[in-house]
Amino acid sequence: MSDVAALELRDVHVTYRTREGPVPAVRGVDLSVFAGEVVGVAGESGCGKSTIVSTILRLFPASATVTGEVLLDGENVLTMRWGRMRAVRWGVASVVFQGALHSLNPIQRIGTQLVEPIFLHDKLATDNSAATKVRTLLEQVGLPARHADAYPHQLSGGQKQRVMIALALACDPQVLICDEPTTALDVMVQAQILELLIGIARERSMAMLLISHDLSVLGTSCDRVAVMYAGRIIEHGPARAVFDWPEHPYTRALSSAFPTIGDAASRYAPSGLPGDPPFPGDLPSGCPFHPRCPSALPVCPTVDVKLLPAGPGRTAACVLVDQSVPTR
Amino acid sequence: MSERAAVGSVASEPVIEVDDLVVTFRGRRGGGTARALDGVNLAVGRGEIVALVGESGCGKTTLARSILGLERPASGEVRFQGEPLGYGGRALKAYRRRVQLVLQDPTGSLNPRQTVYEAVAEGPRVHRMADESGRVVKALSQAGIRPPERFFLRYPHELSGGQRQRVVIAGALALNPEVIVADEPVSSLDASVRGEILALLLQLREELELTLLVVTHDLGLAWNIADRLVVMYLGRVVEDGTTEQVLNNPQHPYTKALLSVVPEMEQVESIVLTGETPDCARIPTGCRFHPRCPAYASGEAEAAGIAADCRSRELPILGATGGHRAACWLVPAGDAPIPR
Repeated sequence: MSDVAALELRDVHVTYRTREGPVPAVRGVDLSVFAGEVVGVAGESGCGKSTIVSTILRLFPASATVTGEVLLDGENVLTMRWGRMRAVRWGVASVVFQGALHSLNPIQRIGTQLVEPIFLHDKLATDNSAATKVRTLLEQVGLPARHADAYPHQLSGGQKQRVMIALALACDPQVLICDEPTTALDVMVQAQILELLIGIARERSMAMLLISHDLSVLGTSCDRVAVMYAGRIIEHGPARAVFDWPEHPYTRALSSAFPTIGDAASRYAPSGLPGDPPFPGDLPSGCPFHPRCPSALPVCPTVDVKLLPAGPGRTAACVLVDQSVPTR
Repeated sequence: MSERAAVGSVASEPVIEVDDLVVTFRGRRGGGTARALDGVNLAVGRGEIVALVGESGCGKTTLARSILGLERPASGEVRFQGEPLGYGGRALKAYRRRVQLVLQDPTGSLNPRQTVYEAVAEGPRVHRMADESGRVVKALSQAGIRPPERFFLRYPHELSGGQRQRVVIAGALALNPEVIVADEPVSSLDASVRGEILALLLQLREELELTLLVVTHDLGLAWNIADRLVVMYLGRVVEDGTTEQVLNNPQHPYTKALLSVVPEMEQVESIVLTGETPDCARIPTGCRFHPRCPAYASGEAEAAGIAADCRSRELPILGATGGHRAACWLVPAGDAPIPR
């Protein structure tokens, strides 16, 4: 692991201008991913996780104001010149978006779509070298090379998602960002795709950021996870530990949302949180989670807790975090 | 736990019975006929919550649609309280007041230009039921939208995902149905809201003695609320039993694989099946699962001396009742599946 993170976010804030006034979607996020590491970001709709993805390759709309630093291998994306930005997209970092079923061009063959970024980013590529590359890419994602001649409608959902992954890998990026890569897929296919993604990231020692609303998926496949609520990271640490022994009451709710099968306590007892995630434009005072928090104290509506040390390599933003526990 | 299961025991009084149901779809241009349901037996008792589980293409949604009278069977029948389903317009309309549907995506199910009141009142209006506003108030508060009057004039975009799904459920409840068929009722909702909606379904069963048929790929949902679990593969039921029986002691290799890929199941090694559900226009011979079966591939079937059966001998169709059963040559037929 080198000292410079492949991807680092430093105090990133994103505010959208809307007719109803400014909406702070991301409110100060620090996160780093090193080469060879898989880091998960968990959170519900509106928590700012997809907005974070949009800052990494500067894909946010003009109505967004972004402050802080987004560093790819130490280089700030937010201040890059346009030409450099174009080279970085796909070449240094690429994204696998959710909804693969709609991201492919329906009237182009898979091979043609895979070849396009290769020619754009590699001036020395020839027809032959590009075709070879397409074959290797398809094989790496577990598809037969003949699928290069197929149109998207001839493939199943899982196969299309594999093509999307091949597409993201086309220019050998160092950073791979996956935004809900398995959401629209079937259970078994979901497991196949996750296995594939993690395998590729490890093999190429890429830095991978995996975004999901499902903490259980991240808990079992990532090295570290960050849990977001209302535009901030509210818990961060080694994936397994965060999932198995959550410190923040919100993380606890997320980790028990999907029951452990065979656990008698959750039989006929689904667990959820009252209320709904807050609207980013109208956040509750103090800790934004306090109106839904099962363990809220009288002070919670007045203190906005920052991330506090919460055990080895862990932090959590809650007044209940026991700080007497040694952090190292 | 056990007393609850007794609430909806099939033996007491089946509300919905499905008898050797076959539903086919014509293939496109020379493609063969697809047998989406290829002989399915099912009985759902009053007040019972049954989960239908399987991958896409296994026929679980087709089965739910057939139960609602949205698909006509090629053979076999669906019975509601002992009476075969009528497919005439009037018969279906009367039937659908008693058996309601809740779909996966509440945003898609609600008309964006209709207020909450209008959305819930539509059903009672169609069926010319008396005391429309009283019904709407009651249905909304049963679905946990309280106080109901405050939401009357809101539009779907002003509601959160969880509230929208509650409005959709209220729309079904407004007709006083006896059965609700829910297709993936929580899969498009946020994780923290999911539990609340599942708790609502459980509560409705207690309070209104509703019978629920839930179509899902989520085994955790089944563990949370279902009394019984029916696992489907390629148009057939492959395993059926109480939720405890099926999830604590799965018999069919397919159920074992499904269970092993649930992220929470870290104690078991995950069995990731290769490929996807095959085309139901080309159903494999013998056991329809054998081309993807881990027990067949690993030689377990060979060692048991049944590999030839897996390849070429058709399995008997599971009956609608009779404890924990699985359609697999490896599983001793202790519960005597009904021969075809």
